[in-house]
Amino acid sequence: MPIATRKRKADSTTASADATSEPQRKLTKVSKALQKDSISQEQAALPATPQTLTSDKGMDSDDDFNSVASSMDLGEEMSSSVDFGAGESDVDIDDDYQDDGAFDATAKDLAPKRKHFEVEFKVYSPQDIQSQQDTQIAEVANLLEQPSEATAILLRHTRWNKERLIEQYMDNQEQMLDKAGLGQEINQNPPRVVVKNGFTCDICCEDGPGLETFAMNCNHRFCTDCYRQYLTQKIKDEGEAARIKCPGDGCRKIIDAKSLDLLVPNELTDRYHQLLMRTYVDDKESLKWCPAPNCVYAVECGVKKRDLNKIVPTVHCECKQSFCFGCTLPDHQPCPCVLVKRWIKKCEDDSETANWISANTKECPKCNSTIEKNGGCNHMTCRKCKNEFCWMCMGLWSEHGTSWYNCNRFEERSGTDARDAQAKSRQSLERYLHYYNRYANHEQSARLDKDIFHKTERKMTLLQSTSGMSWIEVQFMEAASQALQQCRQTLKWTYAFAYYLARNNQTEIFEDNQKDLEMAVENLSEMFEKPTDQLAGLKVEMMDKTTYCMRRRVILLDDTAKNLKEETWKFNVELR
Amino acid sequence: MAGNKRLMKELAENQSTPPPGCKISLENDDDILLWNVTMTAPSDSIYAGGNFKILIKIPKEYPFKPPVLNFKTKVYHPNVTNDENGSMCLGMLRPDEWKPPNKISDVLKLVRTVLAAPQPDDAVEQGIADQYKNNRKEFEKVAKDWVNKYAK
Repeated sequence: MPIATRKRKADSTTASADATSEPQRKLTKVSKALQKDSISQEQAALPATPQTLTSDKGMDSDDDFNSVASSMDLGEEMSSSVDFGAGESDVDIDDDYQDDGAFDATAKDLAPKRKHFEVEFKVYSPQDIQSQQDTQIAEVANLLEQPSEATAILLRHTRWNKERLIEQYMDNQEQMLDKAGLGQEINQNPPRVVVKNGFTCDICCEDGPGLETFAMNCNHRFCTDCYRQYLTQKIKDEGEAARIKCPGDGCRKIIDAKSLDLLVPNELTDRYHQLLMRTYVDDKESLKWCPAPNCVYAVECGVKKRDLNKIVPTVHCECKQSFCFGCTLPDHQPCPCVLVKRWIKKCEDDSETANWISANTKECPKCNSTIEKNGGCNHMTCRKCKNEFCWMCMGLWSEHGTSWYNCNRFEERSGTDARDAQAKSRQSLERYLHYYNRYANHEQSARLDKDIFHKTERKMTLLQSTSGMSWIEVQFMEAASQALQQCRQTLKWTYAFAYYLARNNQTEIFEDNQKDLEMAVENLSEMFEKPTDQLAGLKVEMMDKTTYCMRRRVILLDDTAKNLKEETWKFNVELR
Repeated sequence: MAGNKRLMKELAENQSTPPPGCKISLENDDDILLWNVTMTAPSDSIYAGGNFKILIKIPKEYPFKPPVLNFKTKVYHPNVTNDENGSMCLGMLRPDEWKPPNKISDVLKLVRTVLAAPQPDDAVEQGIADQYKNNRKEFEKVAKDWVNKYAK
């Protein structure tokens, strides 16, 4: 069973190498949110076809089929990404083919239909991101007739909004340059280090002969040592890159990449460019870094913030991390971001402690100390104020007269009210605990399944060497393990989702789907725990179950996502 | 290191021709990174008559990082924290505003200006800033009380 049908264009460096010269560029391949199972055999056999695939020339390899050959430059590619904007959002989200006439009929028929819970996204390597920037800079530089260093500063100033930059620049060139921290005469005087005699550096007060000095066009001149140290501190300690100003008092001129390269050692230039790259991705709403530790990839996705109540944009990085593009938390389908945030907060903060207290304790009617009943007897004596009262009616114990130990004032109004409040509180707590326990259970089980898999994997290796089973023959275990992880992740969040659902017919369908998936998962999980010697015999059954689990998961997710998109779910909280 | 030559020079300058209203000495003779300043408030300000002890801690990275200022004398002022630190974080004293050519004498001039003319929109003590804006009389009364109580 293919774990991933995605491929990526391995040689993305070529793309960056001829970034400036070649207008027709190949993007790193478009990967689709795809299920790692075989939804259907035919689908699995197909490569994940990008939506914007054009029948452009020059497709000479397998990889090219998966890559986007676009006649547009990268910048336009970015802005032309799918917009889930309000109003048109339904059309955009629902449009599985984004028909631009690029597909011929057969391609269209063969293309796997995008599920409701899948979103379109692309994964970029650092080289891709660099070349994107380079292309945009080159294009705008050409248009504005500014050197690329200055253009880069201008673009960063407008947060890579080309249209706005060009408009403002054409409107008032001088003002724009000034605001972005550039001088007028940027075109002349390439940056260089000058040896000046009789010069005193304003920073270190050195004035020896042969002092190397540097200044940008603003003419705030300092010795290169000080300049270097200043830049080092900004980059290394403060993590600053795009907005490092000239060290001159009150000067707002931004240091350009060329000047910087001239002054600082290589390792710092690397860090500088890394930071610039970071701001590039941070500046773009459609780009996000993969949150996995040490992962260098960035993901592009067109889902806008305002649509997050209607879609849960799970994306899959090259590093195998699946995360939500909206909030960068690990995949939490089918639960939308707002509810995830609410749920996590609810589980974290101790509002539940308060809930527990109100469900399980009462206050002493005299001194208001919180009291938990610790025995069956209704005769309570407050530890603190020694007040004696009846747990049932909260009245004074002495007033019970002779009917001690048998509260006969049950129907009294105050007593009824107190009991109602108590019951309500208890009910809401129980409801929460119902969902929380199942949520937490799947989280824990996923961990345990993984442990078992690791143990089994070792056993399988052993088995492999003793029984002559080939490596490929034991891969069903890996597939089953993956399926379990993925399904439990989904199940976990179905419980958080269900907690916020208002009850109606839809919730019943949802719960049926949830139940089906859960049963399938528990079945698979049980087989998974069988002793190693039985596993070989269970192979076919396990493979079937794995496929079944994944299919149930897709059904559940698809149904939930569809209703979410159509805004037909009724929640018991506001999606804010 | 680069800072040392400059710091020696600054110290010498500040001691021979101190900034207006300031007296500067080292807290310990062998530590050039800890300066002691006694600042006399401008006579036309509400703090007139007050002498404020200010400790200047100079970071090792100076002049690439700004010095840190602490009022050792309690002062009722929207721009000085009302705690044992008496910190001030304004204009060039902010790490992102600080430029290496800025000098300690510039800082002291700034501090004395701010002492005379508080900047409530950039306050560290919001309560005092609100009072300064809305109830100037009460503010001046407390400020003067504090001068008499702590700064004389």
